[in-house]
Amino acid sequence: MSSLAVRKAAPAAGTTPGTAQGPPLRRRIALIPTITLLLGAVYTLLPVAWVVIASTKSGSELFSTFTFLPGSGFADNLKDLNAYRDGIYWKWMGNSALYAGLGAVVSTGVSAFSGYALATYRFKGREAFFNVLLAGVLMPPVILAIPQYLLLAKANLTDSYLSVLLPQILSPYGVYLSRIYAAAAVPSDVVEAGRMDGASEWRIFTRIALPMMIPGMVTVFLFQFVAVWNNFLLPYIMLSDDEKFPLTVGLYTLLEQGANTPALYTLVITGAFLAVLPLIALFLVIQRFWSLDLLSGAVKS
Amino acid sequence: MPHTKRRRLVTTAVAVSLGATALAACGSSDDSKADSGPVSLTYWAWAPGMDKVVDLWNKGEGKKDQITVTVKKQASGDTLVTKILTAHKAKNGPDLVQAEYQALPTLVSNDAVADISKSVGDAKSKFADGVWQQVTLGTDAVYAVPQDIGPMMFYYRADLFKKYGLKVPTTWDEFAQDARQLKKKAPGLDLTTFSANDSGLFAGLAQQAGAKWWTTSGDKWKVAIDDAATQKVASFWGGLVKEGVIDNQPMYTPAWNKALDTGKQIAWVSAVWAPGTLTTAAPDTKGKWAMAPLPQWSASENVTGSWGGSSTAVTTDSKHQAAAAKFAAWLNTDGEALNALAKESGIYPAATNAQTSGAFATSPDYFSNQSDFYTKAAEIAKTTAPSAWGPNVNVAYSSFNDAFGAAAKNKSDFTAALQKMQDDTVADMKKQGFEVSQ
Repeated sequence: MSSLAVRKAAPAAGTTPGTAQGPPLRRRIALIPTITLLLGAVYTLLPVAWVVIASTKSGSELFSTFTFLPGSGFADNLKDLNAYRDGIYWKWMGNSALYAGLGAVVSTGVSAFSGYALATYRFKGREAFFNVLLAGVLMPPVILAIPQYLLLAKANLTDSYLSVLLPQILSPYGVYLSRIYAAAAVPSDVVEAGRMDGASEWRIFTRIALPMMIPGMVTVFLFQFVAVWNNFLLPYIMLSDDEKFPLTVGLYTLLEQGANTPALYTLVITGAFLAVLPLIALFLVIQRFWSLDLLSGAVKS
Repeated sequence: MPHTKRRRLVTTAVAVSLGATALAACGSSDDSKADSGPVSLTYWAWAPGMDKVVDLWNKGEGKKDQITVTVKKQASGDTLVTKILTAHKAKNGPDLVQAEYQALPTLVSNDAVADISKSVGDAKSKFADGVWQQVTLGTDAVYAVPQDIGPMMFYYRADLFKKYGLKVPTTWDEFAQDARQLKKKAPGLDLTTFSANDSGLFAGLAQQAGAKWWTTSGDKWKVAIDDAATQKVASFWGGLVKEGVIDNQPMYTPAWNKALDTGKQIAWVSAVWAPGTLTTAAPDTKGKWAMAPLPQWSASENVTGSWGGSSTAVTTDSKHQAAAAKFAAWLNTDGEALNALAKESGIYPAATNAQTSGAFATSPDYFSNQSDFYTKAAEIAKTTAPSAWGPNVNVAYSSFNDAFGAAAKNKSDFTAALQKMQDDTVADMKKQGFEVSQ
């Protein structure tokens, strides 16, 4: 994040090599945002650093040694986590990947469809529909978990994979973002041109509009993936069989085992550390799709 | 709508208080046709290793009766109560649930757990009266079978008590003197801390002092969180915090673990399960701790409170309540089952005769220096004062966390915090539609 501020200052220094009064002024302006962003980065990265370091500590080192001094127990922690109830942790990891992966793909698809439709077509009640959606964006999903449980219980779907997948497919925020993005990235001229050439609406959407929307859809996918990956309350309420738990709920059961059993801190911390890795990997892999953003901007003009 | 809801809740509240026939009948209505053919039951529990204990049933007793139980492991705590109630709203609950004693009134007043008095046989005889009373709520009904208990005890660093010439306190006065004496001799150390995060500990201390926070008379609830006994406890601990002779930081934090492990805090008011906690919190001081009965309010008394403990309840959603009750009784009274529970789940059994046999014949590893640990523990368990839980313990507890958290931090008046806890609890009960007498 701080690279933004740095980047701004660097070319400025480069383009005005000889002048003395230009750069210092600009640097001083960039100082405050840089510091703010650096503070923000420290604030967000410090807990991550804690998790990384704490996951290397053995049970006896965890609370006794200096907080940011790496310990010697990472391999043992990993082994214990792997052995805990025949490796149920990996089952949870797989479940999380399924809920977040499949859920985000389907949700992104639905968002792309509806966002495109809302942006391109004029139909009666479009604004009303969109306003309802906006209201949905403002509604925290947490408060919907219990009503959704009651609904799915009527359909006999609780405690199933579907019970966690279904409610997360329609994401008001995803549709909202898709609409905004489709309106900006898919010029109506392009759609018109497609129609002139006799392409069907389906073909225009899949062959012309969708490729233009990809950077936006990647964003929607990532948002949705992270949201599902981190979701706690919905799977907590929906699932009772711990073989179907995602990581969040699974790790919680490790922490709360009743007063007479010590909480399995080292396992939970190591588990939390491993649970962050797929998210980081996903961001690194998907990042390159965002650069398309510039490209599509160029085409538009 | 508010009116009908109010009426319904009042009815259940009355049913709770009187053990009235309405609820009892509704709870046991399908006992008759429960025992024919194979039955499979689901059981929400958090105790680790419970699946292995249940395997014993499925391979033995349960096989004979064609009753198969499947454990679905859950996280403990108030969130589980919410989950059970949500499932119950959809008539979708499991057959059996592990429930903390203080959660039972909540579950009963929501009609989520069934009266199993007809199906548990002579289970009552296996438990101390004070323990059994927690699952009957003082009525003729039986809402659960007790599983584990947490009689409170006093833990202290034997070596450091000797070093600083402290006497193991038998009364709270002596406890306060110890705290002051230690502060004088070693200003950097604290006898213990008052933790505003642990409402269960405070409730146990109040229980020892004779407090009865929730009681019923006629069709009305009476809330007495600010009664004289609790006020005594609150001002005692508030006084020590204000004096600065004990710490005011919460328990179960890394800092607290460190304080125990390095001997910065040299005593802990806790319960029978403390060895497990100390094993992870203070691994370096193994073998240096000792256990004694809780200090008393007057030298002639011999009572303790309880902190923690849970029971096995049968839900009203279960279609096989009699079979479920049979399992619940087996799980918590059968010798083999209790042995397995001790070994696999590390629980301290509620059943009296199991407290000194099997796994409890020898001291826990952490207390290998105190060979009579469990004999002593069983004696202390017998002195547990009766408890009086109500239908919104969770509200009282969260109010405790807020009010006492602020009071401990500012070293201000604890009795004012207690008053707030009382007011919050009463207000919530009224909001829920319970009749509360002043």
